[in-house]
Amino acid sequence: MNRFPSPRPPLPAPAPAAGRKAEWLLTLPSLAWLLAFLLAPTLLVFAFAFRRATPYGDIGDGWTLDTIIHLASPNYPAVVWRTIYLSAAATCLCLALAVPVGYCLARLAPRWRQLAILAVTAPFWINFLIRVFAWKSILAIGRPLHSLLARLGAIEPNQPLLYTGWAVLLVMIYTHLPFAILPIYAAAEKFDFNLLEAARDLGSSAAGAFRRVFLPGISRGLLTAGIMVAVPCLGSYVIPDLVGGTRSEMLGNKIAQYVYLERNLPRASALSAILTLTVVALLLGFLRWSDNRLRQRLDAAPARADREGGRP
Amino acid sequence: MTDTLLRFAGVSHSFGSVLAVDEVSLAIRRGEVFSLLGPSGCGKTTLLRICAGFQRPDRGRIILDGADLTDLPPEKRQVNTVFQNYALFPHLNVFDNIAFGLRIARRPEAEVRREVGRMLELTDMGEHAGKRVEAISGGQKQRVAIARALINRPLVLLLDEPLAALDLKLRQRMLVELDSIHDEVGITFLYVTHDQGEAMSISDTIAVMNRGRVEQIGSPAEIYEAPQSSFVAAFIGDTNFFDGAVREADGDYCRVAIEGFADVLLFNDKKVRPGGAVHLSLRPEKLLILQEPPPAGEERRNTVRGIVEEVVYLGAATKYWVRVGEYRLAVYRQHRRFLLDEKPIKWGDSVWLNWHADDGYMLERYSEADEELLSLPDTGFEAEAGSPPGPAPEEGK
Repeated sequence: MNRFPSPRPPLPAPAPAAGRKAEWLLTLPSLAWLLAFLLAPTLLVFAFAFRRATPYGDIGDGWTLDTIIHLASPNYPAVVWRTIYLSAAATCLCLALAVPVGYCLARLAPRWRQLAILAVTAPFWINFLIRVFAWKSILAIGRPLHSLLARLGAIEPNQPLLYTGWAVLLVMIYTHLPFAILPIYAAAEKFDFNLLEAARDLGSSAAGAFRRVFLPGISRGLLTAGIMVAVPCLGSYVIPDLVGGTRSEMLGNKIAQYVYLERNLPRASALSAILTLTVVALLLGFLRWSDNRLRQRLDAAPARADREGGRP
Repeated sequence: MTDTLLRFAGVSHSFGSVLAVDEVSLAIRRGEVFSLLGPSGCGKTTLLRICAGFQRPDRGRIILDGADLTDLPPEKRQVNTVFQNYALFPHLNVFDNIAFGLRIARRPEAEVRREVGRMLELTDMGEHAGKRVEAISGGQKQRVAIARALINRPLVLLLDEPLAALDLKLRQRMLVELDSIHDEVGITFLYVTHDQGEAMSISDTIAVMNRGRVEQIGSPAEIYEAPQSSFVAAFIGDTNFFDGAVREADGDYCRVAIEGFADVLLFNDKKVRPGGAVHLSLRPEKLLILQEPPPAGEERRNTVRGIVEEVVYLGAATKYWVRVGEYRLAVYRQHRRFLLDEKPIKWGDSVWLNWHADDGYMLERYSEADEELLSLPDTGFEAEAGSPPGPAPEEGK
């Protein structure tokens, strides 16, 4: 076919051993840092879970499985379960709210978009604690919101909004929504909106095009947003402490309780380990997924090199 | 082939204060390739988007196969689009992209497999069915886009500058393939392009558009040989414009006095009476350039003398600019034979230009602004490489 084949440049050779060594040397300082200040303390926390507690709140001698066995006691599963479902609900609701917001942001005229993004990030200008305290006063009995809901019959006149699981959920959503909006907006901004027209053209309804084309198109942003919300939610401490009651406490509160009140560090360590392992499992799942995506992309890349004209 | 499948009736649309489509009425026959040809911003893409349902026209109706489409959403119309940049779904592979329309329609999986297989075969993409769309070349993406649009068996296939993103050679090859796909499926094509070469080679009918209006509708040969306006004459191919007044009219022919040029004999198809003003288009390839005076006694031929001012060698032809009086004429000479001992025509040579009275064409509408189209950078022999440098951003995106 091709009568004048041009010599192809040879492919770059795989990195020589010297390059690998340099790579290791460059990574070494950060690796050492992570080992000393992240991995080692985490493992220490794990280890404490198997030590005895002393009456003075110290770590005692000897090893025991008492703490682990104690975890099976009936009052833990409730806290663990509550932590998981509150975090899951907050994550799902944040995503559900952030997807339309991200979509609209991406479709806004650039001038308005800047302003809207500024508005999304505006809460970060105010201290987190102050914002949570603000919610305490918004939700309090006798305040306009409470009176309105009571008048509408949604709640009893003296039924508190505060110190419930709902209050915790509401404030968690409020706090983490910007962390969901921003990655989804970033993905939506790169999304080719012509694809929605193509889907409509092929017979899809507007909602169908959104679900079949837009959501897969921003899947990476959705996942990032999910992680960005779920991880801090799982570790919530301040929010349930301030707006939640005893029936809506989460793992974070339980850990704090063991550290400060009951002075039982092994139990605090065991709960921390559960939390850490949950988060690590989530992140590993995410990494694996994005790794697969990357590999597919790389597999696709070489074919692109002989684009055009390479066809028989 | 006389029944109308798709009709635009008095369609107008504006974006803000810009009138993009102005009272366009078109009738597209079943099974034909109908092109909307015009420069960017002429309203052709808007018209296509109105037909697909992405834009609602301010006024006018679109009738497909006897039914009014104007108020239907895109998914309810029996038309499908091949988008300019293909708009393939990046999260789906080639097979699933093509299957999209059938899956939306919830067809049984066996039928989906069979139909997609048929489309893969039609577009010669069988071996790439499992590939990600990022992994295939531009020409292959083009085929996937066509297959994806054809699988719903639309009544009309809308093609929005389908070849604009491909390089020249591939464009020519895809054009032939598009043509053979059209022959095979027999679906009506509505083809939008700014490239006159593309439009000429694929179309049964061309509508030339300018500033939201249709300038002329006709077969490629009609458009080229019998342009009604100076815009059509100048946008499609290359030409020379003259204006003059009829001195004497005698039967089918008339003699036109062109100030600063010469008196020329012209076929008088418009039956202009003596004293009437005419605008004349004379295609450069119709002019014969001679180094010696033409033999006398030829019937109905015009001869003028001029000086060569510019010579551009184009391979298949040479383009000359010849000064005659106050006019500078473009002349093409095909290299029918190449003789090394031939005395070439050079800059500054005195030459004779000779053409038949039938080859000049009277224009019905003339606008001086259209002369600008002729002074565009000269890229060569029309239809071959005479397309504008690349797609400019279209209106209405």
